[in-house]
Amino acid sequence: MTSEFVSVVDIVGSIREGKTTASDVLEQHLARIDKRETEIHAFNHVMAESARANAASIDADLKAGKERGPLAGVPIALKDNMCTRGVPTTCSSKILEGWKPPYDATVVTRLQQAGAVIVGKTNLDEFAMGSSTENSAFGPTRNPLDTSRVPGGSSGGSAAAVAAGFAAASLGSDTGGSIRQPAALCGVVGVKPTYGMVSRQGLVAFASSLDQIGPFTHTVADAALLMEVIGGHDPLDSTSLDQPVPSLTAVLGQGVKGMRIGRLADMPDGCEPEVLARLDAAFAALKAAGATIVDIALPSLSYCLTAYYLVAPAEASSNLARYDGVRYGLRVESADLISMYGATRAAGFGAEVKRRIMLGTYALSAGYYDAYYGKALKVRRLIANDFAAAYQSCDVILTPTSPTVAFPIGEKTSDPLTMYLCDIFTIPTNLAGHAAMSVPFGTGAHSMPVGVQILAPALGEPTMFRVAAELERAS
Amino acid sequence: MSNASSAPSHATILPNGWEMVIGLEVHVELDTKTKLFSASPNHFGDEPNTNIDPVTLGLPGALPVINRRAVELAIRLGLALNCTVQASTFHRKNYFYQDLAKAYQITQYDQPINIDGFMMLPGDVRIGIERAHLEEDTGKSTHFGGTSGRIHGSDYSLVDFNRAGVPLVEIVSRPDIRNADQARQYVSELRSILLAVGASDAKMEEGSMRCDVNVSVRKAGEPFGTRCEIKNVNSIRAVGKAIDYEARRQVDVLESGGTIRQETRHWDDSEGRTHTLRVKEDADDYRYFLEPDLVLLDPGTEWVESIRASLPVLPAARRAQLSQLTGADKESEAVYVIVERGQDDYVQLVADAGGEPARALVYVQQAFSEAGSNPAVPAKDLAGLTLLERDAKVTATQAKTILSEIVANGGGDAGAIAAAKGFEALDTSAVEAMVDAAIAAQPDAWAKYCGGEEKAMGALVGAIMKSSQGKADGKVVTALLQKKRG
Repeated sequence: MTSEFVSVVDIVGSIREGKTTASDVLEQHLARIDKRETEIHAFNHVMAESARANAASIDADLKAGKERGPLAGVPIALKDNMCTRGVPTTCSSKILEGWKPPYDATVVTRLQQAGAVIVGKTNLDEFAMGSSTENSAFGPTRNPLDTSRVPGGSSGGSAAAVAAGFAAASLGSDTGGSIRQPAALCGVVGVKPTYGMVSRQGLVAFASSLDQIGPFTHTVADAALLMEVIGGHDPLDSTSLDQPVPSLTAVLGQGVKGMRIGRLADMPDGCEPEVLARLDAAFAALKAAGATIVDIALPSLSYCLTAYYLVAPAEASSNLARYDGVRYGLRVESADLISMYGATRAAGFGAEVKRRIMLGTYALSAGYYDAYYGKALKVRRLIANDFAAAYQSCDVILTPTSPTVAFPIGEKTSDPLTMYLCDIFTIPTNLAGHAAMSVPFGTGAHSMPVGVQILAPALGEPTMFRVAAELERAS
Repeated sequence: MSNASSAPSHATILPNGWEMVIGLEVHVELDTKTKLFSASPNHFGDEPNTNIDPVTLGLPGALPVINRRAVELAIRLGLALNCTVQASTFHRKNYFYQDLAKAYQITQYDQPINIDGFMMLPGDVRIGIERAHLEEDTGKSTHFGGTSGRIHGSDYSLVDFNRAGVPLVEIVSRPDIRNADQARQYVSELRSILLAVGASDAKMEEGSMRCDVNVSVRKAGEPFGTRCEIKNVNSIRAVGKAIDYEARRQVDVLESGGTIRQETRHWDDSEGRTHTLRVKEDADDYRYFLEPDLVLLDPGTEWVESIRASLPVLPAARRAQLSQLTGADKESEAVYVIVERGQDDYVQLVADAGGEPARALVYVQQAFSEAGSNPAVPAKDLAGLTLLERDAKVTATQAKTILSEIVANGGGDAGAIAAAKGFEALDTSAVEAMVDAAIAAQPDAWAKYCGGEEKAMGALVGAIMKSSQGKADGKVVTALLQKKRG
């Protein structure tokens, strides 16, 4: 653990042992929010009042000897695209400003049942579209380690909240890297679970076939614990896998002896040398711990970015069509229905969202479907085949999470294509529906953290977490 | 509801060798407790916007979960329509409208649950069923102000989402229908099948069964012409009228040198005509793609076969059985009506109680118009009446009176009622004397009747029935008059 803050596991232990209380833990986090939130802007909405009530109730229950779950008293932040009953859920978009969902997302219910204390809703790129959290309608989030730099995105608020000690852990959503890349840029652990392992019910959809919720934590053990709480079958999500989460906390000490670690024989261009140096160090550490390094190839890797920027916008164009001003959220009154739609959506969506809606609408249109969306689906199959072949000879694959460390605010906003390249290593996992996570592994340029990404096949979480724990020990 | 009878065809015959080509797309609401993708009630007629939930309203983050009962009912219908049931997928059909909460409809596109079925119509006419697929219904808009009742020109609109998400099956026929009669028969038979398998209450007046009609015309043997789709056809009667109107309109256009545009037309029942709603060039691009929130729907052979085994005897087979029992034509009105009412079992009971089946059929058709439940009258009482009439102990008219009394009292011995009323059929020689007397009294009528004027018989029969005080059997009287005319 590289941070000065206390881990989830330690908080749970201290409260359980009576060394501290949920209320005290919460106040420590709220004090940090008071001190730095204005500067960092990790939150769209801090829920201090309800959090204090929850913490007090947990303390009372624990004092009375009641069991309150594996996360009793742990302050947790939620990306503001997860529905919270009666609490604003904005997706950092003007079009949803003021909307209060009448229900909780499944992950929220599971966290609450486990005794977590929700401290607030975190900032994101509008509708999770972006890699820097600069696309928020409510202003950017800043990287707590260097506030002139971005925290990454789209779950930048959730990554920053953990890195700044505003919450002991947080949840983000990852459609093309939106958990792993900000985790890397903020120096925390971030997990993108196997598609279907965590319920999407109550997650405001960006690209339904790619979206997956996962945790940000200070430690690998914390991430394992959160996965065990939020994962598992949900009858309200038809794409939810019909099986329990594998035990992850139990495998962390098993080491990597005999494990085969895949290394890309052809590394894409554009990586900072310091990032590649940290990756080499990670391979060396795993080798020292008894793993073997195997060169593998992912020939379709170069097509993934293009395929992703067709599939995700196509689904988004459909998912975001419901924001029409008729039933909830923003409505800009106009002469008739069609012009009301236009005026509402023109005023309610930011530039990046509009860009992707247009891209996706085009890709699905009659006459273009086969050339664009249809071809992108083929690339999804190709990359899945590539991975299947690679996993014949290795158990996991190690790559950088991001080609670069956190970049200065404003550096890439004028050039969407450069911004899209941030996701080159993270996108293939979403296209294939596999698992991946980012683990902090030292620092690169400007003393900013570097994340190493562990890729695993579907349901490969136990192996992935063993590798993550080993890297954590070595870092 | 009228039936598909074998009565002489009233189908419009188009002039100059033109032929109609008709295909039907019928939407039926499935009779489930809850909606296709959520737990909200599927119930007609409730207060607006009470049967709703986050899924129905398309709230952010809400996800669809398929209703198993809806799938089962769709399979029941598919099997009853002789379809192949297959593993299927759902697509999104994207368009903006205020009563479509998500701005897309979840429907089945290139891999529907039921494919390649057929339905038999009277005269061994086989109508292919291309598909019968699952989809969700939309909400319902009501437009206020303005004159048309449509959104254009209205002051404001209100949307009721109670219907949104109600499970529908869309049954798409092949273009095998050749006239309005067949179209009516098709819809009527489909309705009977829906009721028989319990898939839908199929009430066209409540919109739980809705027809879109595709009509084109061609010269016999030539390729299909350009078709027009007619919407808002809300009764079986309207199906026939709309088809006849539209086919004639198309023939008029073609014969005057015009061409048919592919378009959607609106049936105006009060005016009895169709209007252009939109032409094909204006058609939306629905940007169909696989619904990522749902997975492959594979019912599996075992489930499909258990559903097949649980299907009731279907209307066509029941009509055949009733026809065999009673000797009535299987395409006769009586047979259709009795099976549609579900009273064929009762006719069988009367026959089992020793009754004469043909008369039992007539009695049940006359006396028990209530659909869906078997009459409360003991079958043996009706059986007794059939024998009384068969053995000419009472006339048909007297039998009708006795039948009314039995029904009114919920039962009764036919012989006892006949005796109490002093009913007895006159023997033939007595009737013959009355016939002779009537001919002598009305020579003009007799002359006209002998000259071939059948109507003239009425005056003679009336006189005879009067003089017999209703005790002469009308059939015997008629037969005697015919015999004497030679």
